[in-house]
Amino acid sequence: MNLINRQAQQLSSTLISNKRIGQYNQLLLNIGELVHSCRPGNFVAIAVGSENSGMILRRAFAISRVSHRSEYGGTMELIVAPHGAGSRWLCAQEEGAQLDIVVPLGTAFGIPTAPAQALLIGGGYGSAPLFGLAEVLKARGCRVDMILGASSAGKIYAPTEGKRSVNSLKIYTEDGSAGILGKVTDPIEQLILEGAVDVIYSCGPMGMLSAISSLAKAGDIVHQCAVEESMACGIGVCMTCVIPVEKEDGEIGMLRSCIDGPVMDGDKVQWHLVGRV
Amino acid sequence: MANFDFSTTLGNSWFPTPLFTASGCASSGRELSQFFSLREIGAVVTKSIMLKPRLGRPTPRMAETPSGMLNSIGLQGPGIDAFLANDIPWLVAQNVKVIVSIAGESVEEYAVLARRLRAVPGISAVEVNISCPNVENRGLVFACDPMASRAVIEGVRRTLGGEIPIFAKLSPDVTDIAEIAREVVSAGADGLSLINTVLGMVINTDTMRPHLAGKTGGLSGPAIRPVAVRAIYQVHQALPKIPILGMGGVRSGRDALELILAGASGVSIGTATFSNPHAIIDVQNELCELLISKGFNSLREAVGFAHRLD
Repeated sequence: MNLINRQAQQLSSTLISNKRIGQYNQLLLNIGELVHSCRPGNFVAIAVGSENSGMILRRAFAISRVSHRSEYGGTMELIVAPHGAGSRWLCAQEEGAQLDIVVPLGTAFGIPTAPAQALLIGGGYGSAPLFGLAEVLKARGCRVDMILGASSAGKIYAPTEGKRSVNSLKIYTEDGSAGILGKVTDPIEQLILEGAVDVIYSCGPMGMLSAISSLAKAGDIVHQCAVEESMACGIGVCMTCVIPVEKEDGEIGMLRSCIDGPVMDGDKVQWHLVGRV
Repeated sequence: MANFDFSTTLGNSWFPTPLFTASGCASSGRELSQFFSLREIGAVVTKSIMLKPRLGRPTPRMAETPSGMLNSIGLQGPGIDAFLANDIPWLVAQNVKVIVSIAGESVEEYAVLARRLRAVPGISAVEVNISCPNVENRGLVFACDPMASRAVIEGVRRTLGGEIPIFAKLSPDVTDIAEIAREVVSAGADGLSLINTVLGMVINTDTMRPHLAGKTGGLSGPAIRPVAVRAIYQVHQALPKIPILGMGGVRSGRDALELILAGASGVSIGTATFSNPHAIIDVQNELCELLISKGFNSLREAVGFAHRLD
């Protein structure tokens, strides 16, 4: 169990660009030297609405990538689906807007110390942080295979430049409107049997993460997943984002997905107890 | 400015400023300590501690509401043993003033908790949470019943002895909050914490069921501030000599001043911390400037000022 988000800072950040990509917005924020503290899997909490907004809680977004070489200095990229009132407000902000952010938050994906075969699985906009992860894995000499899925083609996030950092990319849609008709979980068992997978990284809806955990466990493969649970503070004080997890002492604890997550060991998460204990 | 006295007293405990964390909104302080020094505020009010470790309620535990949020955490916590072993020593080592909040399932449990705290150095006050709305049995909300409230406070007073101030945290979900306040004060409470969250519900119109797994939850945030101001005003009117620690939707110095004018000697910041980790410091600075600009020489002069006769 972790106690706090050690690197986290609250700051005013400039929105450098805001582009519509299909059903998502790609936001680029200036975070200066903090890029050096950001790791794939970390997230950011952003205040939405104006100072006197009725939306009193921050919105949490996975960081998709960071760059310390852009012309603006250190930048952070977010992929945001404008579905709720808060994310719609964020996606409506214009370049130059100042955003109140807290970053970096949460745990990061563990990176293998030696080159390995990594399978990255993303559901919907959950694929965003996997591209930043793929870059890091690739730089460590890993083979990176990626599987993305969604209900339909418009909900797949797969930027052209992101495809460069993966060895292979397969897309699944439940209505067959893009890629293969089916679910991201369909090919996993076979890939494990073929010996093509040493470690699985996943990000997406809880049902998908749970299904991948079962397959990874059956195949004795390490599975690191980024969980989703609604969050009020992002800094570990509100206790709303908890997930039932088997702790080091073997007991079940309700761990905060903002501090002990979002990246958790899929084998330790008690998927059958989520929403029940 | 140099002569302005911003300090406050709650019972016989003195605090350098009237700003406190609100129980359940700052854990035991450690998470906020990376955003500001806890020594800059009046005190940390800990999350309500129970006798045994507790998992709390299932998720979803939270729903955002207009200018507020609904929560049903259900008093998740490590239990008194781990709290005394880990949290208190850390706070004391940081030289932070501490108010410990306790919650029990029975009158006896509160007394046992008080006994465990009696010999612990470094505790400035005990807040007795008799009003958490997130318990399985609504009959356990002691603060809805004058006799049950009295029994809890009497037990804590007897066990704790007379040195550490006791603050009873009351619920606004009652017909006459002044009646409950009189009862707990006559049972030995030195002061009152007003208010706990307001019981509420959100129904998810997609699933067409209550959104929270626990069905009902506690409403907090600016939406409930007028309820807090009203409760503080009514209780201060009924018991003008009893100190009140006020809380309920404060997110600016102006909001804090409202509670103080109604009769609060101190103000706890809760939900505002979720959106702004630095909220308590911001409120503290704004409040101090506001009091000075209005011509007060001390915080004390402003307490209950809305009740003046002329």
